[in-house]
Order: sequence, then structure tokens, then C-alpha cells
Amino acid sequence: MDLVCPAGNFQSLKKAVDNGADAVYIGMKNATNARHFAGLNFTPKDITRGINYAHSHQCKVYCAINTFPRQQHWKVWANAVDQAMDLGIDSLIVADCGVMDYIRHKSDSFPIHLSVQASATNIEALNFYHQNFGIRRAVLPRVLSLAQVTHLAKHSPVEIEVFGFGSLCIMAEGRCYLSSYITGESPNTQGVCSPSSHVRWEENDGVLKSRLNNLLIDQYEPHENAGYPTLCKGRFEVEGSTEYAMEEPTSLNTMDIIPELLSAGVAAIKIEGRQRSPAYVATVTDIWRRTIDHAKGKPTQITTTDKDKLSSLSEGKQTTIGAYERSWQ
Amino acid sequence: MKTSLAAVPYFWSKEQYSQFYSEVAQTDIDSVYLGETVCSKRRSMKLNDWLETAEKLVDAGKQVVFSSMTLLESESEIKYLKSLISKTDGLFEANDMSSVQLAHQANRPFASGNAINIYNEYTLQKLHKLGMTRWNVPVELGKDDISPLISPAKQLGIEIEYQVFGRMPLAYSARCFTARHHKLPKDNCQFKCSEDIEGILVNTREGDSFAQINGIQTQSAKVSNLLKHWQNLHQTGVDIARIVPVAPDSTIEVINSLTDAIKHNQAKPSYADNTREYCNGYWFQLAGLELIEAS
Repeated sequence: MDLVCPAGNFQSLKKAVDNGADAVYIGMKNATNARHFAGLNFTPKDITRGINYAHSHQCKVYCAINTFPRQQHWKVWANAVDQAMDLGIDSLIVADCGVMDYIRHKSDSFPIHLSVQASATNIEALNFYHQNFGIRRAVLPRVLSLAQVTHLAKHSPVEIEVFGFGSLCIMAEGRCYLSSYITGESPNTQGVCSPSSHVRWEENDGVLKSRLNNLLIDQYEPHENAGYPTLCKGRFEVEGSTEYAMEEPTSLNTMDIIPELLSAGVAAIKIEGRQRSPAYVATVTDIWRRTIDHAKGKPTQITTTDKDKLSSLSEGKQTTIGAYERSWQ
Repeated sequence: MKTSLAAVPYFWSKEQYSQFYSEVAQTDIDSVYLGETVCSKRRSMKLNDWLETAEKLVDAGKQVVFSSMTLLESESEIKYLKSLISKTDGLFEANDMSSVQLAHQANRPFASGNAINIYNEYTLQKLHKLGMTRWNVPVELGKDDISPLISPAKQLGIEIEYQVFGRMPLAYSARCFTARHHKLPKDNCQFKCSEDIEGILVNTREGDSFAQINGIQTQSAKVSNLLKHWQNLHQTGVDIARIVPVAPDSTIEVINSLTDAIKHNQAKPSYADNTREYCNGYWFQLAGLELIEAS
């Protein structure tokens, strides 16, 4: 079982490699990937440097080109594919059928990993992408229970990768238009969700309000910790009660079910967080390297301190096992 | 311009469906989509009930299109999908790539539902090769996004369908938000969603509308409304105006007002109901919740 770690820049990539990632995934400085944030991502020069460093440490580099190009912007995505393949990327992480088709016109065998954004949640969807585009691996959306993941890993025609740690998307990825409904900017086309350009903070009499395109996502009393206004993690009014209608601010952490995922034959664990700092990547990669090694029976330990560290790095300082556990659903 | 009625996204009783579709049969709507698209636990209608409903609609001159579920996770859901494809005929609405795969294997022409991500000509061509003959445009794409795809679609013989009324499906989750609101686990949801004929409104704490929860589906709180822009859609190249059901009475009114306007080439259908909030921003390349009034 491989450990696949995020890198938003060369420093993070280096930290991931140094701390034992088997593969690092990156994106380019445009809307072709799902973390299209200011100051983040790789220029072609950074990519070459990153690949050289990773390969000299037996680590692979994947590039996410996993948003959906609208016709008028098609060339940007085609250029990204051309560039990544020319620069020597090990695999492309893709969601759009048109982009996969384009890659297959260039090469019959170039490794394609189906992005979580393609939302393949069952065996027939995996068969579809395998038969039509020869994908090698699929990243599963964070909507499946452990039993469902186990079943898919057993019957899938391709390798299965699942999310292990990081921000928790509670909707089937690639099919969520909440952000574009509220802000006009979308994960699918612009690579952003609840974009910071639309966030506004207001403080009045000690009460802090977070807004997204003027809509109140949450408000905090002085004793409460404020979080980023991700639209599905705010407090709203539902039939007279104030509640986290969709989800609380929390992160995914599947550390407790790693032995089950390993024995199910899951090929890789993905860590979310290309937008996080190099220090974050270093800590999380180190702890997850040891988690996987421990599950494989290698002489290494995971301590309570490690678990506390992961919690402190999580959204809202709390974690959940998410949809893997039926009771969460 | 033709018209269509999407599958009912909410959980109604067998009696409610039966009453609703007998009224739909008397309207001038062209295509009617049938089936459960949101949650496989909703079983007020068995497959045979749907087949009987279909028969009545076909007798009334409607084109019936069976719709697949949108988020399919379990083996039993795939099994039901297979039997749905084998026991029905004609155009099939695929709302997930598993349905595309199975419709293709069964040599069944399919309409791609709006949760299938077709954003460019290359994806359109690929799915056309697999049997797609109708494209229900993803909700977040607007006029400028689809304009470059109109002529390729026409050349391939693909009909273009765009939602003109109803709440827009915005997200699907493993979690049931209706059960969560009632503090129940999904596995013991007590079918609470059957109590809400149009889902549950979620407001911000300042009273602005935010979303509509409907089981595992999240919809737009505002009802999309392009009724008064139907000629603009038609001129752009949209072939079919899609109405997504809200409460039965209003839906029938909307159908009648739109089909009437199209028949008499009137720019502005008469439907007016100020009890709902409307939006249509996506068509105009804006945030979905925006509303542009017809001039």
C-alpha cells in the first residue's frame, strides 16, 4: 500500500519525499487542477526540479489535471497534458472524459489515475473508465462505507486509492455545484470551492461573522473557535433550529481502519492538502509513513502524541472516520 | 421547442404519484422522465408501478424516459439498475457513469442526465459513440459555455435539454441530511423525507435562503426559473425545456403555462407565483442564485 502525499510547491514536495512518501501529487498554476489557489502550484521549471528530486529518492510524481475544461478553455487543459507528459510526470490524475481521450490519442499506455472528481462510486463506473480509457487506478470519492470500499477493491478491474487524511469533502466529488450556486466559482471548472476571494469577516461586539459572497455561513461567540467558511460546514437555520445542517468543521482521519484497508488490497492511501504548508506536509507524511509501515508489520510505533498532532492539524481540531463508518452517514 | 418533465426528486406516496401523473397525462408536455433518482430506500413505487404509470403516459402520447439513480454505491442498487434497463425500452436517462456503461452494453440509446459531467465537445463525442442521443446540460453551465457545443451536438443528432424550472440538484452525499436534521441515523431514517413534499429549506442565520435538503441530495433553495426566457434558450439552440417538479399543483400550472406559450409563440408564459424565490444566474454565466428578470 503506497502513501501518496500532497505538494503545493517545491518545498512541500521535498518534505513529502524526505519523510517517506511513495508518490507526491502536484498541480499547475492554472484552473486545470482542483486546488487552483493563489501562490500555490508548480511552474514547468518547478516540475522538472521536483521530478528530479523525487526520482533520485525513488518517489513518483503525479500531476492532477482533474477539473473539467469548458470548450472555450480547452487549449489550456490540452497544453497542461502536453507539458506534464513532456516533462516526465509518472502519472496523470484526470476526471474529464475528453481529457482522458486526448491522453489516449497521444499514448496507448501512459498511466491515467481516475481522479476522485470523476465520482466513480461503483463497479460499473470503474468498468466504464477502464474499458474506455484504460485507467490504471481510481481514487474513490469519500462517500463509501468501509464494506463498500472493500467490495470494490476486491472486484475492481483497476487499482484502488482512497483518502486517508485531510479536509473532508462530504459530497460526491465532481458533482457538487454548491460553490458555483453561491459564488459563481466552481470546483469543476475553476478548481476552487468557497473561494477566499468571496470570503468576508466581520466583527461586532465580540461576535465574529464569516460570509461567503455576503451570505452568512457562520458566526462565533468570543469563546468559540472560528473556522474557514467552507459552505457545507456552517451553521444554518433548519425548521427553527440552528444546526450544522450538513457537516461540522472536521477533517477525515482513517488511521483506525488502515489494517482493514490494507487487507482489502487498497493500493494507495492519499493525503489531502496541497494548500497546506511544507511543515504540515512533513508532519503528516512522517506519521502516515509509520502508520502504514506499522500495519505492514514493520517495527515502528504510532504514539498518542502522533494522534494529537494530527488532530491539532485538523479543521476544527477534530477528526472523523467519515462515510467509511455507516453511523456517520 | 419541446418540453420535458424530470423525475420527481422528492419522496411522494404511491397515491400522490398516481394522482400527479394522471394530471400530467392531460397536459401537452412532450417527454416525461420516470423513476427514483435520489435514494434507493424510497420504495413507495415498485418497478411494476412505474411500468404501469409509463403505459398510461405512453397512451396519452407522451415519450417516457426512465431515469437511473444518481449516486449508486451498493451492489443492490446496481442490480436494480440492470433490471430497470432490461425491463424498459426507448430512451434511458443515465445519471451516473454506471448507467452509461450498462445502457451501452444493452445497446440502449441514452440521455445523459445533468449530473454527468459533459463540459466539452470531446466528452460529448465520446458519449455519443456509446449511444447518447440527448444531452441534459449540467446545471452550472450557461449560455456562453454551451454555445460552442450547439453545432457539434446538432451534427451528431444530439438533442439539447436545459432546465427552465424547479430547484436545481446541486450535490449528492453518502449522508442523509433529512435524517440528520431529525437526529436519526440513515439506516433508521423512518422515511422522514416523505413528510416534505418539496424538501426542507435551509436558511442562513440572517434568514437568507441557502439550500434545500432532500435526503442525500442538496438542491438550490431558490427555484430556477427561465420561463420568460424560453425564446432566448430556443434561439441559442436548446431543443427541450426541462421542468423539474415542485408541489403537484404548481408543477401542472407551470407545464400548462409553458406549453401554451410555446404553442402560441408568446414570449412570456403566464405563470406567476410569488410564494417561491427564483433564480436563473447560471444561464447568464453568473452565480446560480442570481436572478435576471426578463426585459
